[in-house]
Amino acid sequence: MSFSLAVLIPLFLVLFFNLPFYKVSGKIAIFIASLFCIIQAFSFFLPITANCPISQYFMLDFQCDGISRLMLLTTAIVAFSSLLVLYALEDTDRKQFNFVNLILLSLAGMNGLFFVRDIFSIYVFIEVIASTSYVLIAINKDKNSLEASFKYLVMSSVATVMMLSSIAILFLVAGSTDFVTISSMYQQYSGNTLVVVAIVLFIVGLFIKGGVMPFHGWLPDSYLAAPAPVSIYLAGIVTKTTGIYTLIRLFYSVFGFNTSIQSILLIFATISIVFGAFAAINQSNFKRMLAYSSISQVGYIVLGLGAGTTFGVAAAIFHLFNHSIFKSLLFVNSAALEKQVNVSDMNEMGGLASKMPITSTTSVIAFLSTAGIPPLSGFWSKLMIILALWTADLKVFAFIAIIASILTMTYFLIMQKKVFFGKLKEGFENIKEAPLAITFVSILLCAITVVVGIFFPFILNGLINSAVSF
Amino acid sequence: MDSIYVHIILLSLIILFAIFAVSYARVIRGAILLGVVSMLVSISLFLLSSPLAGIFELSVCSGLITVIFVSVISLTIPPDDKQRKMNAISMVKKMTLLFLLVLVCGFSLYVLDSKNITFIPLMQNVQESIDTRDNIWNLRHVDLIGQALILLTGIFAVVVLFKKDTNKDKK
Repeated sequence: MSFSLAVLIPLFLVLFFNLPFYKVSGKIAIFIASLFCIIQAFSFFLPITANCPISQYFMLDFQCDGISRLMLLTTAIVAFSSLLVLYALEDTDRKQFNFVNLILLSLAGMNGLFFVRDIFSIYVFIEVIASTSYVLIAINKDKNSLEASFKYLVMSSVATVMMLSSIAILFLVAGSTDFVTISSMYQQYSGNTLVVVAIVLFIVGLFIKGGVMPFHGWLPDSYLAAPAPVSIYLAGIVTKTTGIYTLIRLFYSVFGFNTSIQSILLIFATISIVFGAFAAINQSNFKRMLAYSSISQVGYIVLGLGAGTTFGVAAAIFHLFNHSIFKSLLFVNSAALEKQVNVSDMNEMGGLASKMPITSTTSVIAFLSTAGIPPLSGFWSKLMIILALWTADLKVFAFIAIIASILTMTYFLIMQKKVFFGKLKEGFENIKEAPLAITFVSILLCAITVVVGIFFPFILNGLINSAVSF
Repeated sequence: MDSIYVHIILLSLIILFAIFAVSYARVIRGAILLGVVSMLVSISLFLLSSPLAGIFELSVCSGLITVIFVSVISLTIPPDDKQRKMNAISMVKKMTLLFLLVLVCGFSLYVLDSKNITFIPLMQNVQESIDTRDNIWNLRHVDLIGQALILLTGIFAVVVLFKKDTNKDKK
């Protein structure tokens, strides 16, 4: 498969679905989009290097490396999970249809973002993802979702202004916006105040997009107000792609690292990890707790990047992959609870483990992985982050990362106790396990978490080392 | 016309009208004022030797977008006085935010100025004028795919957010 097709196929599918003389139902659209996600996921294991004739016709100057391939795989898994949950939860044909179209447009934007090597094109594709996200969050058209979408729109616009200003400065200085030219300009003028201002503006813009503290204001409301399939998609991949992947890509492929950049990354990452975890402990709403947990875990990814070594970049990429999988799993669990119990306040739940054994077991696996318990996937990526910090002589930050894992354990234990363990709450006697599509997604994501953890040596060589050689 | 004062006056007017645009409680006035802002921006672009960018700004942002805004607002039911009072943010709050913004911008400029910025000379290929058609169709065609995606998203945004749900939509 040519990697350019990963951008063109979703675009053509949207056009095909909306042909005036042919009506595609929501279910068929979900089926075709899911099939595309499966093909995209399997393309990770196939040689995809050359452009096909159709992409040559469009003159697409895309490039694909190990990080792009890993991101393609992650995106495909999360989008597939989101589509199956949509199939199980949404009973309106038109909503299903619109949702699939928006997901495909977002997928095209994301895949484009993974292949471009030009900072202005990065901005364009980030905007594609952001615009589809505004609509996806507001898709229910109730007060909360519209408010959350508007909040995201405002915050995202601020980020956009910052990124565009940064691009304008870099363009004026370098004379081009492609990675190679900017990289060589940066080596020459890295100490210049204007260039430093441009880079800081870009970083802050990406922090807003990625929901890093203290720029996270939009994130909990968006995850909470969005319908379950959208929450999975947003938490699983959107914020990771628009904010964190772009950050990794810019520092890995363009700017490189220096002490002042590393300090910015490390300070904001630490704030995000610690305050995100404390905020998560205080939440009673299941989805809001997961949102703050997400902010905390994103901090770990940025912390790994802040180590400023290729091993740190590899650790960050690996934690990004793992976090996308287990956070999607936790949001799928939340969708299962939303569907079966119709309650989101954890204080009103209790004893659901006996009634929903698959949801309960998979959520335990996901939380253990998030907390970094061996031999699950989250343990290895957190270990890599800590080792990267330790070898870069950033021992204080390594220590903070270890302590914060205890905080992660705390809020997830509180969640498990309130939701799944203890005495069954009155009125929940007739609760059943979630529909097949949801349990299937839970098992799939859980299996990935376990398999990646158990077969870590093979994953390290085949998946991570091929993305970032260290 | 190329005096620095003309640019300063234009930029000041742009900021002033932009503040007015977001300060008005009546959306239609805000939309018209945004059109004025775009018009001033297009004059500024014209004076900065970017006539094509100025024409795009004038025709699309100042013309087409303002017409669409005004048409859509005309189709909506205006809020009554009670709702308007509830929605309106007090002028004191707006002015406080504006004051804070000016303060932050002023401080940033002061810090930047104290750093004695060494301005880097522009690269030669930026100063050379590149044909706009060549730039769009041959150099930035990847971005055109992105623009097509944003356009389609806009269409779906209108369909999703403005079309009423009916019973026929059920499975």
